[in-house]
Amino acid sequence: MFDSFKLLTPIVWLTRLLVGAYPQWIGCAPAATQRIYFANHTSHMDTVVLWAALPRALRANTRPVAAKDYWDKGALKRRIAIDELNVVLIDRNRDDPSHDPLDPLRDALSSGFSLIIFPEGTRSAQALPGPFKSGLYHLGREFPSVELVPVYLENLHRSMPKGELLPVPTMCSVRFGKPVQMAEGESKEGFLSRARAAVIALSRA
Amino acid sequence: MRLGLSANEAYLLILAGLVLFSAAATAYGQWLLGHASDGAKQQRIAIVNSRVRASWSLILIFAVAFALGQPGLLVVFAFSSFLALREFIALTPTKASDHWALVIAFYAVIPIQYLLIGFDQYQIFSLFIPVYVFLLLPVLMALRQDTERYLERVAKVQWGLMISVFCVSHAGAIMALEVPRFQSSGQLLLLFFLLVVYFSDLLEVMASALLGGTPLRSNANKTRKGVFAGGLGAVLIGASLWWLTPFRFWQAILMSGAIVVAGFMGGLVLSSVKRSLGARRWDTEIVLTRGALDRLDSLIFAAPVFYQLTVFFFL
Repeated sequence: MFDSFKLLTPIVWLTRLLVGAYPQWIGCAPAATQRIYFANHTSHMDTVVLWAALPRALRANTRPVAAKDYWDKGALKRRIAIDELNVVLIDRNRDDPSHDPLDPLRDALSSGFSLIIFPEGTRSAQALPGPFKSGLYHLGREFPSVELVPVYLENLHRSMPKGELLPVPTMCSVRFGKPVQMAEGESKEGFLSRARAAVIALSRA
Repeated sequence: MRLGLSANEAYLLILAGLVLFSAAATAYGQWLLGHASDGAKQQRIAIVNSRVRASWSLILIFAVAFALGQPGLLVVFAFSSFLALREFIALTPTKASDHWALVIAFYAVIPIQYLLIGFDQYQIFSLFIPVYVFLLLPVLMALRQDTERYLERVAKVQWGLMISVFCVSHAGAIMALEVPRFQSSGQLLLLFFLLVVYFSDLLEVMASALLGGTPLRSNANKTRKGVFAGGLGAVLIGASLWWLTPFRFWQAILMSGAIVVAGFMGGLVLSSVKRSLGARRWDTEIVLTRGALDRLDSLIFAAPVFYQLTVFFFL
């Protein structure tokens, strides 16, 4: 389905040219360990930028999670999402209440993929993230062996503010923090606010 | 062309000389680095080595200018302008309401400026950013009705464009100058200009590392003694290349001197700009800035100065 021998794809080149996407591994090293990268979400470019900041070997095995209502629309977006990024589409609308939107994520994790998620669920207007939704907590609980890596995308909110179509070139850095461990019997709220604090802490790193 | 060479022969001769110099200097620098005893010395050598490595991008520029002519050269400089402006804007605290002004700056101003040079519109090219864009940008930003720090934001975008597009583009324009005196050419003039710019920076850093002294406040890699000695060395190199140019020997000395002084001033000004935009990032680990401005800093002021002097006195 995807080709790990592919050279730098045009989308990676373009992303690096436009916004830099320079990785800074602060709290962990790039490794093939199965991980969930979770980050602040300020622009449509976040998914591509975080993905492009990973080394090529890791990109092949890392799937961004993206909203079906945005990425499944239009041939170009679908081509980027499905062919290049190999995204896991998540249904934000939940038409069918018995259907759990996290199921495709569970499938991907069970087959050994790492994931990129934006736990705020939607883009926020400021650089610092708003409250996290609970998906990160559930996945962390069900897959305890998967490392939960906080990521802070710096400067990207300036490149493509909400509602704008064209990105302004800038240089953004992608900061990877120390994996957040879930404590024994930790409450959902407690864990989520700790995870959010880990992303915020990276903004000052 | 003096010394009995044709323009092409002279160009290739210099290019070959530069390749030999770069190869030898790169190898020697690596050898020195491996044999340096203490850390401080290693650090000084590493700084000089990084400047030596920059000569390879110079060689690339010369090769492109020779093989593809002015269009290829303009693409290279347009790309440099893009990277420099990207860096400048990344350091500048812009707001979401500046978005359209920035979109225009990147996607319209850069290509238009270089197209004007490519199509020989010299009158407009030197007015485009200082006049037309100067008038257009504040209008675009005023239309968004966000007056918070308005003047500051407009001024910063305009400055970014002047520094990274207007000034840098003059280097590409040098190649199009028609300077028939002594059978010189724009291509050779560009060679002369970039070599003096490059060697002034390299020799200043090298002399600073060798002679020591108190580091400059604007640039920790240079000392006052080093700047004088290195600058003098660059003037000598420029003078020894007089036969490439439309200048007489004494004129080549003065022109090289102008390039060296302007280059130094450019470094001084840009270091102040960077400090005022957020010195924090420059003192600590530099990640946001991959040094496009650092690499261009001596060229940025020297290019318009050299261009204007040549136009004024020799055209």
